Amino acid sequence: MSTVIKPEQTPDWRAFPDARGHFGPYGGRFVSETLMEPLLELQEAYQRYLQDPQFLAELDQDLAHYVGRPSPLYLAERLTRELGGAKVYLKREDLNHTGAHKVNNTIGQALLAKRMGKTRIIAETGAGQHGVATATVAARLGLECVVYMGAEDIQRQAPNVYRMRLLGARVVPVTSGSRTLKDALNEAMRDWVTNVDNTFYIIGTVAGPHPYPAMVRDFQAIIGREAREQYQAAEGRLPDALVACVGGGSNAIGLFHPFLADEGVTMYGVEAAGDGIDTGRHSAPLCAGRPGVLHGNRTYLMEDEDGQIIETHSVSAGLDYPGVGPEHAWLKDVGRVQYVPITDREAMDAFHRLTRTEGIIPALESSHAVAYGLKLAPTLAPEQGIIINLSGRGDKDINTVARLEGIEL
Amino acid sequence: MSRIAARFEALKARGRKALIPYITAGDPEPGNTVPLMHEMVAAGADIIELGVPFSDPMADGPVIQQACERALRHRVSLRKVLEMVGEFRRDNIETPVVLMGYLNPVEIMGYETLARDAARAGVDGVLTVDLPPEESAELAGALKRHGVDPIFLLAPTSHEARIRGVSEVAAGFVYYVSLKGVTGAATLDVDAVAQKLALIRRQTDLPVGVGFGISDAETAARVSRIADAVVVGSALVKRIAAHADDPAAGRREVTQVLAGMRRAMDQATTATPA
Ligand SMILES: Cc1ncc(COP(=O)(O)O)c(C=O)c1O
Repeated sequence: MSTVIKPEQTPDWRAFPDARGHFGPYGGRFVSETLMEPLLELQEAYQRYLQDPQFLAELDQDLAHYVGRPSPLYLAERLTRELGGAKVYLKREDLNHTGAHKVNNTIGQALLAKRMGKTRIIAETGAGQHGVATATVAARLGLECVVYMGAEDIQRQAPNVYRMRLLGARVVPVTSGSRTLKDALNEAMRDWVTNVDNTFYIIGTVAGPHPYPAMVRDFQAIIGREAREQYQAAEGRLPDALVACVGGGSNAIGLFHPFLADEGVTMYGVEAAGDGIDTGRHSAPLCAGRPGVLHGNRTYLMEDEDGQIIETHSVSAGLDYPGVGPEHAWLKDVGRVQYVPITDREAMDAFHRLTRTEGIIPALESSHAVAYGLKLAPTLAPEQGIIINLSGRGDKDINTVARLEGIEL
Repeated sequence: MSRIAARFEALKARGRKALIPYITAGDPEPGNTVPLMHEMVAAGADIIELGVPFSDPMADGPVIQQACERALRHRVSLRKVLEMVGEFRRDNIETPVVLMGYLNPVEIMGYETLARDAARAGVDGVLTVDLPPEESAELAGALKRHGVDPIFLLAPTSHEARIRGVSEVAAGFVYYVSLKGVTGAATLDVDAVAQKLALIRRQTDLPVGVGFGISDAETAARVSRIADAVVVGSALVKRIAAHADDPAAGRREVTQVLAGMRRAMDQATTATPA
């Protein structure tokens, strides 16, 4: 694995972040003063309830009976045969209630909100999956819900917008800046700072100020804990590689985190290369960005030489974000995880290939992970195995795919 | 003594309170900023807060967001803002200038480079909205080494321990954000502000400025009775926006608003001692 850190120096990866939310030089709490006290309260509550057997029992119940966990670890036999290399397993987060991994986190944060006496939930969303997952738990707990969504994303993810409205959420179009996920996050932050007394902000990925990156990771780590057990039960050993797409990085860190200490397990975080890294039209800060501060944490960003955040591009709205969770920034620097680019074209091809070969329509985000898996599996031996995180299902994307192929629905 | 401290001492000696206008540098175009700074001084500004445009101004309401967008259309960078301050200093060496913005442009320039070049340009203070004291040691240290005051915010949510923490790293003055919200929000509750200021003054000897939600002369006057400085931003930037195609007309309106606030504040502080 890492050539940067020698084995005797290998830190306990799972002990991070430190008390102030730092993963090495990344993470932290970079927000205006008004939000500092609320963030400290949130951190305190989150740490307390994560030790509280009653809270954990309620969370487990909900994950089992509402979300439908554990999600299967599925051996894609036909795909494996076609690729002629390592066994390809899919972690089926697409089978969760609401169709993606996002609900693992919203269930956890909403329970926390309830415990903290908050009556109003806000969220930002890109693809709409996190918005739907938030609106869903808010409906179930009887909490008011407001979802901020870039005007551009509202266009390309219309079915999810309607879904959120059916669930009783107010979807607020964000028309500032690039009108996508980053601007929705800005607007949610502005709402939070204004209504902080009664409002809980459910961030949808492992970004934002501490404790969000750690908290969201802890709620998503159920993916990796299950996958580790399931793989061992199936194969009697650990997998050779893990593959997951990285937007903000929550499904990826959820899968990776429980394996970080397993040195034989190689990990690939797949970023959206859009039209190609060299075109500049992409969403791959780890592959082609540099460190800076945005949305409450220090991490790799897509920015210009003046420090202005630049517009990103990806066919998948959920990956169209100029930053990335700070833990990924750090795992990149220390060499524990490899971050690789996949273009729109490659993701689209993988979308079709998985659909035709296995009868599973993947989300366009997850299709990036599948695309890298298609490249990786043939380079490994048949006695080896990989797990691809199928973070979501593609129903929400069929309009986009049809349009790209010139088909009117 | 820093230019900011000297300005507050001089005001105190005359029983006056500081009026601090905020404008976004380069709004609506780069050529507008230095003339406007001089005109604001003539209209009664004591310290000028110059906004550094940022693509993602999370703590700002729509008025200042759009000001950032107008300035960024002209690619007004932090470097460019320093040049504007240098130009302003050719004709004014007395009025303190504070840069207000977000951390990322500073990160890219580098803390040491910013501190050195800001001092050279004649900048007196730097306020980075998204840099709380916990994360500020390195930047605050660099600024202080170059004689530039690191300015920090306090908020209605800041408890006593945080107020103490801020007053330990801050210099120049502290900036009390009068309400929970973004810039340009509804008007503030002067009584609530007065209570919080009393708490703040028990923790720090620095002058205390109050901003966010001050949009008219009457509110400015009432705040001037309890604070050392009144910061007004969106109310001015709105005027610039309304005349984006005729910046000179925008400048005239801004100076009129400021002059009105100046008069009201001076009446308030001389009529009834604070
Ligand atoms: C199905 C799916 N996968 C992945 C992502 C990207 O988010 P993250 O990187 O946090 O997993 C999204 C975001 O909307 C998503 O909907």
